[in-house]
Amino acid sequence: MADQKTAALQDELHKLQEQVNRLSATSIDAQVGKLSEQVQRINRRVEAALAGKLESDVSTSGVTAARSKIDKMSAEVVDSNPYSRLMALQRMGIVKDYERIREKTVAVVGMGGVGSVAAEMLTRCGIGKLLMYDYDKVELANMNRLFFRPDQAGMTKTDAAAQTLEGINPDVRLESYTMNITTLEGFDAFKQTLVDDAGASRVDLVLSCVDNYEARMTINQVCLELGQTWMESGVSEDAVSGHIQVIIPGETACFACVPPLVVASGIDERTLKREGVCAASLPTTMGIIAGLLVQNTLKYLLNFGQVTQYLGYSSLKDFFPSMQIKPNPGCVNPLCGKLQAAYQAHANSPEARAAAAAARALEQAEQNTAVVHEDNEWLIEVVPDEEVAASEAHLHQAQGLPEGLEYSMPVAAMDAQMLNADAVEDTEDNVDDLMAQLHLLHST
Amino acid sequence: MADSWDAGTKQTVQKIPLLTVRAGPRDKEEWGKRLKEELQALIKYIQLNKASDSDWFTITSNKEGTHWSGKCWYVHELQKYTFDFQFDVPATYPAVAPEIEIPELDGKTAKMYRGGKICLTVHFKPLWAKNSPHFGIAHALCLGLAPWMAAEIPHLVGTGVVQPKT
Repeated sequence: MADQKTAALQDELHKLQEQVNRLSATSIDAQVGKLSEQVQRINRRVEAALAGKLESDVSTSGVTAARSKIDKMSAEVVDSNPYSRLMALQRMGIVKDYERIREKTVAVVGMGGVGSVAAEMLTRCGIGKLLMYDYDKVELANMNRLFFRPDQAGMTKTDAAAQTLEGINPDVRLESYTMNITTLEGFDAFKQTLVDDAGASRVDLVLSCVDNYEARMTINQVCLELGQTWMESGVSEDAVSGHIQVIIPGETACFACVPPLVVASGIDERTLKREGVCAASLPTTMGIIAGLLVQNTLKYLLNFGQVTQYLGYSSLKDFFPSMQIKPNPGCVNPLCGKLQAAYQAHANSPEARAAAAAARALEQAEQNTAVVHEDNEWLIEVVPDEEVAASEAHLHQAQGLPEGLEYSMPVAAMDAQMLNADAVEDTEDNVDDLMAQLHLLHST
Repeated sequence: MADSWDAGTKQTVQKIPLLTVRAGPRDKEEWGKRLKEELQALIKYIQLNKASDSDWFTITSNKEGTHWSGKCWYVHELQKYTFDFQFDVPATYPAVAPEIEIPELDGKTAKMYRGGKICLTVHFKPLWAKNSPHFGIAHALCLGLAPWMAAEIPHLVGTGVVQPKT
């Protein structure tokens, strides 16, 4: 194969050289210059082809050298352009300026079955900068999910991911952080990686791809403190349902406003066998959730389509419930309350009202110009589907959960009277005294 | 959920005093107050256990009250099985419960997360959420660690994974 290619190239080279020789006496300088340039280019290609052949002869790994970096995304439709299909989104009128994606920074927290796949999708889409977080190592038990390979077992998930992603797209700037974010030290370290020198957030979006409530609450707190928009994702422990949720501090419910919303499994809980295992997982469900998450991310970052605030997925019934979750004025997190008030004050300002009105007018105008047919011989018209209209109205009912969604935990509620009667009594002792008392108890 | 608790556990947990200060280790000032409540509740719980001859753990913490460790034991067929346990108070405590670890059992049972964290998702976390911030470390031990051991230790002994230390 390579020999044939080399021979063909050399053949072409000879022909061109002959042409140059014949022309040199009579032709114009410019033409000669152009041709010898061409010769040089072909020369380089021949050399590269020969070098490549030698390399593939000696190497046994089978890994070919990755491409070099690309300065500017090109829309040119050639096989060698990794961005041609993405830039086509622009030509088709889906995205206004796709290349803006290179200015965006996304943090992916948790490089498991959802996070690693989301990171790969963002890398292939040409995201500017990707921050990756995990404290765990790759294990063979992870191989039922996508992305990691058996030969990466034992590596930290962040290192293994960086290794693969660098090869896929060297244009993406990768930062990997091997840390547990839920501890006291981890919290501060995590927050520190998200801010610039001035203490403001340096990321456009945080994606939560973690598998536990503690880590989600940590991300919630950090993002509230930074006023940072984030997206939560989750797959159920029985691997058959999942969800994504957008959280904009002050504007939408924060993660502590209401108990976590999950998709009802659609099967009787009592028939679920939980013995012996903590969690099941499937590459399908996790891949689908990662796809939904990154799709929403692209829409959010590049301003196209509609960013869904909550979207659930029930695989057993192929059902996708979606809803809006309003912030809870009585949220237990005091910072959330403050941000809610600030958002309300801003939303009610004359400038914000004018901007909202302008946005509505623009949307209206776009809708009006959307469908243009030169003629309509058969007088065909589109009528709204009553059922769809009714279900949308249902979704907008304040905080009522749509069919198929449920809270995964009960709402915090304790009778004030009971609390008064059963609370710890006031004490004159200080912490040291109490620690000494506790210690003494163990020795008696 | 609460129906599945045995009468003994239910009765005991009702006697552990409730906590009132909503503060975690990141709240410098208020955490001191919360820590006092935690210690008071733990002292009361241990006294209750001793009074009913069912003492089953020791516990101590660092000066800041952010890292806790101790020993817990379980008696099965006249044999006493003792384990070291530990946990850090999470940054977002008490909105989230402490994640109790028994490192020496890491990898020996499926009902455990990475690092030896015992699996509390189904039987304990909803209760913690419902009673936040009034449950504390004493409640986590009573409703989290104790039932986990009661379910897991006989199983681990039965399968030979855990053997009596001689």
